[in-house]
Amino acid sequence: MAKSRKNEIWEAYQKEIAEDHYYFARSCIRQNFFPAAEGLYLRILTEELGLDVFDDPRQTSCTGIAYHSGVLPFETIMTVVARQFALMTEAGYKNFVVSCVTSFGIYVEVLETWKHNPDIEKRAREALFNATGKTFEIPENLVHASDVIYKYRDKLGEKIRKRLVNASTGEPLKVVDHIGCHYAKIFPEKGIGGAEFPYVLAGMIDSWGGDQVDYPERRHCCGFGFRQYIIKSNRGYSVANSKKKFDSMEPFKPDLIIANCPGCTYFMDRWQYVIAEMEGKTYGADGYGIPVLTYEELAGLLLGYDPWDIGLQTHEVAVEPLLDKLGIKYNPETKYDGLNGKKLKVPENPACLRIC
Amino acid sequence: MGDLFKELEKDIRYREGLKACINCGICTSVCPAAEVSDYDPRMVVDTVQQKDENLLRDLLKSDTIWRCGECLSCKTRCPRGNVPCYIIQSLRALSIETGLFAESKEGRKQLVVKRTVGDHILKYGYCVYIDEVQNEWYPEQGPVWEWLRENREQTLARFNTSYGKDQAGTLRNTAQESLDDLRRIFDETGGTARFKKIEEFSAKKAAEAGKEFIGDRDEYFNVLNNGEEQEK
Repeated sequence: MAKSRKNEIWEAYQKEIAEDHYYFARSCIRQNFFPAAEGLYLRILTEELGLDVFDDPRQTSCTGIAYHSGVLPFETIMTVVARQFALMTEAGYKNFVVSCVTSFGIYVEVLETWKHNPDIEKRAREALFNATGKTFEIPENLVHASDVIYKYRDKLGEKIRKRLVNASTGEPLKVVDHIGCHYAKIFPEKGIGGAEFPYVLAGMIDSWGGDQVDYPERRHCCGFGFRQYIIKSNRGYSVANSKKKFDSMEPFKPDLIIANCPGCTYFMDRWQYVIAEMEGKTYGADGYGIPVLTYEELAGLLLGYDPWDIGLQTHEVAVEPLLDKLGIKYNPETKYDGLNGKKLKVPENPACLRIC
Repeated sequence: MGDLFKELEKDIRYREGLKACINCGICTSVCPAAEVSDYDPRMVVDTVQQKDENLLRDLLKSDTIWRCGECLSCKTRCPRGNVPCYIIQSLRALSIETGLFAESKEGRKQLVVKRTVGDHILKYGYCVYIDEVQNEWYPEQGPVWEWLRENREQTLARFNTSYGKDQAGTLRNTAQESLDDLRRIFDETGGTARFKKIEEFSAKKAAEAGKEFIGDRDEYFNVLNNGEEQEK
């Protein structure tokens, strides 16, 4: 196939990303496990990019984890989604930005179902009205949170104080991008670059000066598995799939992993700790792991925010090797402080993985 | 066509998931569950495609349908537009509706899912909530999480969250009005009924096994969660 023809194919996998005025839907996993991330995301959008984003206290979980774990009917999650759209409508917004990749997949799936089955949309509207008295408009534009950072990646690139470059050698850092399965594997046309060559994070790496790592298992699932992780005795599924990815990327010696899915960020971080403790195996240099960041954590870091104020100490894999490579100065003494410099008992050291 | 198939065909996930399988096996080749367990999505699709009531019943009471991780990698790859994961979703729903989930070791573990992420939704408005994620249950969280969680009044304040507050922001309290909306949606759409079915069939199995069954993290929950159930 001629290259020009191939390019034409991938042009179909672009998507409309609204300029401004978004209703923000939060993520269960991200709020809990990386509790500074969503505040940072909103700060970047509102303060760095000057966008209008509405953060609604009335919203709830989309219930996606329970749905994909097999304990909730499709009718229930469709109606919860309908309620979120009703809140957006009441707030006067038409664009919907979703923090979580599982949720993004859910919202897209519900909208596609309604598009092809108007009777099901009608029943969901009736169920929502019967339960809550609410009605709603369909969003004019629905995107994942990483799509907005992608859209403005060059504008942010003009503002960043550090580029993805090793400060000592001048070489670009080697960055693994991991795209959550539900971003584009369910509906490839809803993701930038589709499911085969998603460009949403790779575009940020390119704009901010790093090198993409193209390793064999680049598109393999992180191994969440929903119920397979929720149930303690099933978690071998999850760690085994993450390990498959780590083993595959290891020969390329990545400096950093970035992910657009809260769950993927969590698993690729925590399973490195577990593999180190179980098998004595670490994937970074000198007993460290490979740092795993979300895209807005990376943006915040490059913009010059203090790594401890944006929550990078909440990752099990230490970020210090990355900070050193970027030439970012940090104070190790304040890493585990509480509010206003209050000294807290620091975490115990794992047996194998270095965390500071 | 038997009654189970009639029920299955009412499910939009089944109708959208099964077009015409050519048994090529691409779904199995990309499947993370097939990679790590005795699971073959191609065989699941092949089985339902036969429309044999007895084979379907066997499938509904098997561990097989609970192996999938719902990553939906199979949807991208199938050259004929089938979605094995959607078929699994419909089989799981029917397995709970008929109570057949309680006939398999993996199916019985749905009680753990219901009592964690399921109940958390109606209690907190989140599937996951920091107060419920103890290292004892989630040892992979490691020492950093233990530090974050044990000191959460301090750490979450440093990160400028709304933990414990009635306002917008990260980890805010979900208002009672919103929780009431969720409860009514669950009642209206079958979510509450499905939770009830899981509890009722699990209670019978707990009694058969002679395990305490009083709700929350009771003895039966722990046996299932820890994978300590004795094989019959």
